[in-house]
Amino acid sequence: MTGRTAAAEAGAAPEAAAPGGSRPGRRIRPLNSAVPARVAWALRALSVAGPVTAWWALSASGLVDPTFLPSPAAVWAAGTDMAASGSLWTDLGASLGRIGLGFLLAVLISVPLGFTMGALPWAQALLEPVIGLLRYLPASAFIPLLIIWLGIGEASKVALLVLGVVFFNTLMTADVVRQVPRRLLEVSATLGAGRVRVASRVVFPYALPGMIDAMRVNAAAAWNFVVVAELIAATSGLGYRITRAQRFLQTDRIFAILVVIGLIGLTIDITLRLVRARVGRWAA
Amino acid sequence: MTLRLEGVGKEFEPGVPVLADLDLTIAPGEFVCVVGASGSGKSTLLSMVAGLTSPTSGRVLLDGREVTGPGPERGLVFQTASLYPWRSVARNVAFGLESLGVPRERREEHVGRLLTEVGLAPFASALPGRLSGGQQQRVAIARALACSPRVLLLDEPFGALDVQTKEDMQLLIRQVWQDVATTVIMVTHDVEEAVFLGQRVLVLSCDPGRIARDLTVGLPTARSLEDKRSPAFLALRAEVEDLVRAEHRAHQARV
Ligand SMILES: Nc1ncnc2c1ncn2[C@@H]1O[C@H](COP(=O)(O)OP(=O)(O)O)[C@@H](O)[C@H]1O
Ligand SMILES: [Mg+2]
Repeated sequence: MTGRTAAAEAGAAPEAAAPGGSRPGRRIRPLNSAVPARVAWALRALSVAGPVTAWWALSASGLVDPTFLPSPAAVWAAGTDMAASGSLWTDLGASLGRIGLGFLLAVLISVPLGFTMGALPWAQALLEPVIGLLRYLPASAFIPLLIIWLGIGEASKVALLVLGVVFFNTLMTADVVRQVPRRLLEVSATLGAGRVRVASRVVFPYALPGMIDAMRVNAAAAWNFVVVAELIAATSGLGYRITRAQRFLQTDRIFAILVVIGLIGLTIDITLRLVRARVGRWAA
Repeated sequence: MTLRLEGVGKEFEPGVPVLADLDLTIAPGEFVCVVGASGSGKSTLLSMVAGLTSPTSGRVLLDGREVTGPGPERGLVFQTASLYPWRSVARNVAFGLESLGVPRERREEHVGRLLTEVGLAPFASALPGRLSGGQQQRVAIARALACSPRVLLLDEPFGALDVQTKEDMQLLIRQVWQDVATTVIMVTHDVEEAVFLGQRVLVLSCDPGRIARDLTVGLPTARSLEDKRSPAFLALRAEVEDLVRAEHRAHQARV
């Protein structure tokens, strides 16, 4: 004991400090040091303006064939053209209708299922292995099967979306529900609340913000799956419009539709963020 | 409500007793403090009285009836508040009354009275996240009291508070105990707190936890913070400290 203490004291002498170690003038900063607000806003603006400027510069330089990379102006023109002819709105409506129905179904299945798994250990043991496995089967690979089973109508597209989202959202919901502190459940039981009451009055409100977060992540996947489904077999929708434009080498239209897809995705994301912020005010 | 433990023992893993041979009777309205080293099974003991954990051997009896699960006649307060963060202070306190189906008017009246008792009436509509640690513990105490428990179980309720807040809370809990005339069993690692608050102090030994000593605190019922400096208090405190230390040493020597 004493020997070690003596050695430690010797080591603490300034001259003996860390071999090749820190010079006194060196400043150490934590990894997550905050960035001033103005710098942060400049970076955000750059994040959008940078790629757009690069796109514009590249197409204006004439280095790339406009058939491969249309200019921003051409894309804008193609977009307004489609909007004026009305086809953009029809396609948008078709795609939004599919995600609306499919995502609703996926939520109606996955939230109760995930909630049950998170709340009841036996349900977790029963369902986790199979859902954990199904999650790894790529939903897109089910397209041929879905077409055989359900035809090329709406049903197969909605089914693809549900398949692509439901397993992930179930497991994520279960995770969120399992994070309700044990103490909170125990206290609730001592306050006379039975299992149903604890589930509805304690677990559900506690987990709700996290469940909305899970939905937000999976809404992005759902939106992707709508477009994928429409690329394969459809007669309307944004994905369908992309395949049409491809046939006539109308890359400007493809770009315009991609921009619309991105903007819709962003809108869904922001909406769910706002809902989450409102529901989860207490967690802030 | 008389609480009896008869030969209570607990093993989480077979062959590894956490608590053993607990025989104990606590009379209605008693204030009992439990001290002991960390890991001696204090929380497990409270958890068994609360009905959240069942003993491996022996029985926990309330007025002669065996405890088989949690119930509103045994209120519980943990070290960290474990409040419902989305519910206002008043609705946190009302939770138990809602479970019991008490009608709204009686609920509101009762909650109002409790918030006054713990000094939180101005914060009735605040969210718990807005409160200090001491205020949060006041809410937790009021919430447990709302169901008019016959036994109040406190698991290191002031362990995370600063010294001044802690003393305020000690006076508060003494006051509450005198006002509502409930039995209180309080776990703490603070010997001074145990001697100041309890009529009785149980010292747990370690590994497995047994009741090493059951001391009666011979101090007057009306206590003020000055009493912490009285010779009688200091002597008792030293005695309990020595016991806890001896148990700790004995345990260290065995491992
Ligand atoms: N749910 C549990 N499962 C397994 N072991 C537990 C559980 N709860 C407590 N223990 C063990 O029991 C012992 C006593 O724990 P606890 O009652 O929390 O002690 P204290 O509150 O005195 O610090 C510890 O060794 C702890 O690891
Ligand atoms: Mg403990």
